[in-house]
Amino acid sequence: MTMGTRIIADLYRDSVALMQISSTVSQLDGVSQASCIMATPANLELLHEAGLLSEDPGALLNEVLIAVEADNDDSLARALDAAEAELRAEPVTATPGAEQSEPLRSVEMALDAHVGANLALIATPGPFATAEATKALHLGLNVMMFSDNVPVEDEIALKTRAERDGLMVMGPDCGTAIVDGAPLGFANVVRRGDIGIIAASGTGLQQVSCLIDATGCGISQAIGTGGRDLSAQVGGRTTIRAMRALADDPDTGVIVMISKPPAPDVAAAILDLAAQAGKPVIASLLGFPPGDATVSGITFADTLESAALLAVAASRDGTQLSFDETVAAPEPARGRKYLRALYSGGTLCYEALSMLGGRFDGVHSNTSYDTTQTLNDPWSSAGHTVLDLGDDVFTRGRPHPMIDHRLRNERLLAEAADPETAVILFDVVLGHGSHEDPVAAMAPSLAQIREEHGDDGPVLLGFVCGTQADPQGLARQKKGLADLGVVLAENNAQAVRTAGGMLEGSQ
Amino acid sequence: MSNLFGAELSVINVGLSQFADPIRAAGNDVVDVTWAPPAHDDAVARALAQLVNHPDIEAANRKAFDRYLSAQPTLTGVGLARDVLSDLGDRTILHSGPPIAWEDMCAPVRGAVTGACLYEGWAGTHAEAETLAGSGEITFAPCHHFGAVGPMAGIISPSMPLWILHDPIHDNTTFSNLNEGLGKVLRFGANNQDVIDHLHWIRDVLGPALTATLEQLGTLELKPLMAQALHMGDEVHNRNAAASALLIKRLIPAALDARLDPDTLSAVVTFINSNDHFFLNLSMAACKSMLDAAHGVAESSMVTAMARNGVNFGIRVSGLGDTWYQAPAAVIDGLFFPGYSTDDANPDLGDSSITETSGIGAFAMAASPAIVQFVGGTSSDALANSRRMAHITLGRNSAFTLPALDFTPTPAGIDIRKVVDTGIAPVINTGIAHRDAGVGQVGAGITNAPLACFSAAVTALAETLQPGD
Repeated sequence: MTMGTRIIADLYRDSVALMQISSTVSQLDGVSQASCIMATPANLELLHEAGLLSEDPGALLNEVLIAVEADNDDSLARALDAAEAELRAEPVTATPGAEQSEPLRSVEMALDAHVGANLALIATPGPFATAEATKALHLGLNVMMFSDNVPVEDEIALKTRAERDGLMVMGPDCGTAIVDGAPLGFANVVRRGDIGIIAASGTGLQQVSCLIDATGCGISQAIGTGGRDLSAQVGGRTTIRAMRALADDPDTGVIVMISKPPAPDVAAAILDLAAQAGKPVIASLLGFPPGDATVSGITFADTLESAALLAVAASRDGTQLSFDETVAAPEPARGRKYLRALYSGGTLCYEALSMLGGRFDGVHSNTSYDTTQTLNDPWSSAGHTVLDLGDDVFTRGRPHPMIDHRLRNERLLAEAADPETAVILFDVVLGHGSHEDPVAAMAPSLAQIREEHGDDGPVLLGFVCGTQADPQGLARQKKGLADLGVVLAENNAQAVRTAGGMLEGSQ
Repeated sequence: MSNLFGAELSVINVGLSQFADPIRAAGNDVVDVTWAPPAHDDAVARALAQLVNHPDIEAANRKAFDRYLSAQPTLTGVGLARDVLSDLGDRTILHSGPPIAWEDMCAPVRGAVTGACLYEGWAGTHAEAETLAGSGEITFAPCHHFGAVGPMAGIISPSMPLWILHDPIHDNTTFSNLNEGLGKVLRFGANNQDVIDHLHWIRDVLGPALTATLEQLGTLELKPLMAQALHMGDEVHNRNAAASALLIKRLIPAALDARLDPDTLSAVVTFINSNDHFFLNLSMAACKSMLDAAHGVAESSMVTAMARNGVNFGIRVSGLGDTWYQAPAAVIDGLFFPGYSTDDANPDLGDSSITETSGIGAFAMAASPAIVQFVGGTSSDALANSRRMAHITLGRNSAFTLPALDFTPTPAGIDIRKVVDTGIAPVINTGIAHRDAGVGQVGAGITNAPLACFSAAVTALAETLQPGD
């Protein structure tokens, strides 16, 4: 084995591009590990941890560092050359009709070239995201911040500024949104219709919009507010703005609001506003309001599933559709008694906790929820365990589990190997930005579990969050899972109820 | 309310290019920013963000840029530095670029300082001159601090004759020394007796002859002459062949009218005719004049000087007073004369980058296909440079137009915000001096102003804004 590094000066590539190059180079003959990173201290630390750096390579912040471990010097040199060639290839800027001219290197330059632009979609590394969003607001643009790791003080400053200028800030950490039919970030391809959604953003929004799509109804707008918007600090600034905008939007007939429980003062303000929207409002605040509190004009839904169905009913003639309580599933084998839920979607994980927390004792998670216990070691399950694999602890230095299934595949095998695992529940999230064929990526692990454990193994229970128009195809993904012996639910709430029934039955 | 709904969604995509395709597939307009972290420093990025489209800065820049555009540098005469520079001390030597101490100067500048001490008669030998220069008895200051500019070492000592330019619009006066010609010259650090003798000839013969000639000519507006030269293949920094010819065309009738002594007339005309760069110093002083008009507008982010002392590169900004924002000067990777290489090159030197600061030189490279190869590029590079600079400038100067770009005016008024935001560094055409004193020019090339100067200036400008702005 031999290791080597190479520094490419004065070059910047985004993390996705770098991961793609790393992955291509890793697959070359004779290469055991390869990584291309921007040489930030955090990234260098990751290379150290991965054993790809034995000493300080002396790379600077504005340099790309290639680090390779290979069988011999020839393979090493080939890999370094290949990585450098990929890095130096001019990035393809797919702007049709653009003449061979200077790349657009700043928001301002882009706005000069595209005077009518009205939204900046910002997905830069966190420490730079506030600056990019600030510039966009100063230039009169609405903002969607896909970036995470943005300090809450920055979020407040940005949203205050936007409020002053009549602009909208979606996010930070806004994974998805749909504006006038255009999917932004990780969004599903859904029908257009008259249902407007306000969500913290991420998989809650995706679940509700996909379920609405499945009924034949559609989405007018879907606004992601960022997970902290309804905190006391941020004060619901974007939610308020979105609620007003949807109330005014002639294309929106029904409003759905999805969130973790808001701070009480914020909740009061938002619900007041919602009650005056002049349109039906469905609120799924996952555990809020406590008890049977009611606010006139607002229908509360306790799951994403029910929020979607209530919205559809309001959009149509009031006829309420419903999903079955559970789907048919085999009984867990003797001695198998615990649920292991491996989510790629954070809101889906939270919904599961809200449904299971009151029903079972000793539910563990890496997501904090008031009736569950925090796992001491998120890498090792205990009792019933419900995990958000998109949590920072799992994504540090690697792609999100919706893009890269390696981490979840490893965890699937680990949970299956535990003789006490009764049910392994997982989500498969489709849409733009997600893995191009997630079931294919999971298939080897799922097949291995079936092969090793047969009918005595844990029950595999999954559901697909997506639409038929998504690039991955809902039907194709579902068939793939069914062929692998996975019990299929229609949505997260149904899957959680099914798992709950199985576990109660086996106790 | 938000203009987000109902208006046609049109997206600027920053950071992850894969997000563009679905938006485009949905039938919406989307444009990718080829993003890199501004200055690779999030603190600078934050400072910059506060400045972008800031109403006070926009207003200040309009004012500064208008002042730049309306300046009318006019040649009015020639005079000795001690007579025309206000408060120049008896033993002061001016040099190019930002301030620098004798101990830190590069060899060509030290050689030129030594030569100036000999020229002034302050020392009898080279050794005495160097001792004097290091003794603390000589005051060193940038030419820029006296309204002057000089190419390469840019040395101006009290008894050197200077071009005097006056801008009647803003009542500014600027200066430059007289070009010595090519070969062994003081500006490259040469200081043997021939060099000193030639400087004495410039003082004793050329200077008075030009004074007499200009008395006949009256004043001469320089912008029209430079504009004409741009249409004749000069970029008026590294190529001044046309401008020098246009100048002498104006000077000769006046020189004849001045009834100069025939030998003097012959020597002066022969000297000017032999030097295609004779106009360079006038071009520089004219650019300095336009930029001085723009300097000192509070909160303006317009660059009003870029200059190098052979060790450091410095910029000044209209709204940031007289502070220099500096970074190490780069060694230029250009084309070298036979027998020389990068190893022989001194780091970037001279005040002549005032031309780029003013929107000509490399910014007008499209005007000068004749020298694109000399400075190491192709014609299409030249056009691309002129186009690219438009992305970091406040506007265009319709006094200077580029035939090869359909008479588009040259981009002018470098904005520190745009430089840091785009990472596009101002481009500069430059000669390359030998790192040893007195060898002379060893090549030429294209270089870029170091971005660190602009980052530092952005941070400083952000600090001048009132909180809550």
